[in-house]
Amino acid sequence: MTPLLEARGLTKHFPVGRGLLGRGGGVVRAVDDIAFTIEPGRTLGVVGESGCGKTTTAKLVLRLEKPTAGQILFQDQDVAGLEGEGLHFYRKSVQAVFQDPFASLNPRMRVDAIIAEPLVTHERLDGPAVAARVAKLLDVVGLPARSRELFPHEFSGGQRQRIAIARALAISPRLVVLDEPVSALDVSIRAQILNLLRDLQRELGLSYLFIAHDLAAVAHMSHVIAVMYLGRIVEIGEAAQVAMAPQHPYTQALFAAALPAHPDDRRDDVPLFGEVPSPLNPPAGCRFHPRCPKVMPTCSQEEPKLKVSGVRQVACHLY
Amino acid sequence: MSGLLEVSGLSTQYVGARGTRVTRAVDDVSFSLEAGKTLGIVGESGSGKTTLALTLMRLLPPAARIAAGSIRFEGEELLSKSERQMRALRGKRMAMILQDPMASLNPLFTVGDQIAETLRAHEATPRRAAWAKARDLLTSVNIAAPERRVREYPHELSGGMRQRVVGAIAISCGPKLLIADEPTTSLDVTIQAQYLKLLGEIQREHGLALIFITHNLGIVARMCDQVAVMYAGRLVEAGPVRSIFNHPAHPYTRALIESIPKFGDAAERLTAIEGQPPDPSALPPGCAFHPRCPFVVDRCRAEAPPESQVAAQHRTRCWVAAPALAGALKG
Repeated sequence: MTPLLEARGLTKHFPVGRGLLGRGGGVVRAVDDIAFTIEPGRTLGVVGESGCGKTTTAKLVLRLEKPTAGQILFQDQDVAGLEGEGLHFYRKSVQAVFQDPFASLNPRMRVDAIIAEPLVTHERLDGPAVAARVAKLLDVVGLPARSRELFPHEFSGGQRQRIAIARALAISPRLVVLDEPVSALDVSIRAQILNLLRDLQRELGLSYLFIAHDLAAVAHMSHVIAVMYLGRIVEIGEAAQVAMAPQHPYTQALFAAALPAHPDDRRDDVPLFGEVPSPLNPPAGCRFHPRCPKVMPTCSQEEPKLKVSGVRQVACHLY
Repeated sequence: MSGLLEVSGLSTQYVGARGTRVTRAVDDVSFSLEAGKTLGIVGESGSGKTTLALTLMRLLPPAARIAAGSIRFEGEELLSKSERQMRALRGKRMAMILQDPMASLNPLFTVGDQIAETLRAHEATPRRAAWAKARDLLTSVNIAAPERRVREYPHELSGGMRQRVVGAIAISCGPKLLIADEPTTSLDVTIQAQYLKLLGEIQREHGLALIFITHNLGIVARMCDQVAVMYAGRLVEAGPVRSIFNHPAHPYTRALIESIPKFGDAAERLTAIEGQPPDPSALPPGCAFHPRCPFVVDRCRAEAPPESQVAAQHRTRCWVAAPALAGALKG
């Protein structure tokens, strides 16, 4: 099966703090030489803590940032080289749903105008055709038909996220980037939205790039999980394998730190000390070595490459 | 034995501008907490959990009023205390940690000043001694290089460190009760785990009672002895943590526990709670959960259910689940 989207050697560096004389500037290695594929109808989950580069990865996929090096191939075409008709097609094929549905919907637009906007820009439909599509989309995401005349402020967080999903689906994308789509929602609403996303994937054959810090939610939603640390992928593989039998010490620590679902799963030990170092000046060798409970002498000298280990890839000298 | 904190029939209301619209943010809430134990108060936004915490501290905004009830802390009634008496108590015998450490720390003062301020205000500790104690407190909340950090400003610290400083201020005068309102929501997973572990250690060391206000059942499962579940201002279920997780009586609690994704659970779909949480200023009549409840009967729409006992120390407010579950447990 050819992947829908493939990232090769994807890198994004942000220059920072350049003084008046242009000296002393460093670079933040937000994303540093990562590779992944997203298959049609499948979900790639990306996990990691603040500053690991997961949101930058999403922006690169959405072509909101240009990569410093490496490339993103969409149906075997380099996304960076797209323009005109090709870029138009890419924008139509890749849509996004963001974390905060209070910020991502224009408060001055009615719901039907919000959902119709991508239809108007991408498909030159006439009024009745647009109205019919909006009605269908509202139905698909489980909102009542009368919602179309209302403004975003008249909806709760969960309903707004449904509006954002309807807008993302309006032009029948192939890939939807979901950046923390449920973390701003109430607990009792999250399961509704996650179920809706799963149903839509099955019905429409959508691919997802799912980014979230809730590890159990990512494990539930994803087919493949990539674990990022300071701009690098440290482990990537089949979701259940990564979640249930993590190999990289960082992945192990991350999943051990996840909160239990039942009081009997209480784990008292926190194997990880310290905080994520600055991406401006990542540690030499393995970027995780200063916090790693299994650190060895080579770890501070040589950076481990991603190696195949069973059904996954791990970047660690232990394997 | 009597608890450290005994809350009974507590009701807090927000009153609209012309005194017309009354929102019952906290409605007839009762619970007790023993010294050294941990209670989790779980609820969604608008359930009244933060208002409950502010009521316990008597830190409500002017639009709110405590309409009924009693709060007994170490045998003393807090609701009859004057503001001056409350001020002597807050920060000394009971303390609070809020969600956003950047908002609870003053950006213009050093960390040392802010820890020392509490000590100087409550215990009249001389400046030099207060600063020395501030350094010790930073060490006790696992901040490296406290001699340097004590002279730094909040913006120089990471989010996890700021929350540790807030923790250091909270425990500086040796309180008996610590109320933490979503203390780890703004922290990363591994930093959250470190912070929860630290709170557990501090609690054991000082014999502190903890109240966790949270929307996260995982924190309750990890940290708490007792749970109280709030919905639309009422405690719909309360009891020991294992009893609640193993035999949730109220349909809301049950759905909440089932709706969180679990590792290794291959189920395609999660159990979702349909509908939306109600608007606190326009609650449905009867049981506020009835429009979303799969087990609703006519009585739920008309009459609010009273509290009933389902097991030892385990009580709920539900017309349907409580008698059924009580029967099942006996049988």
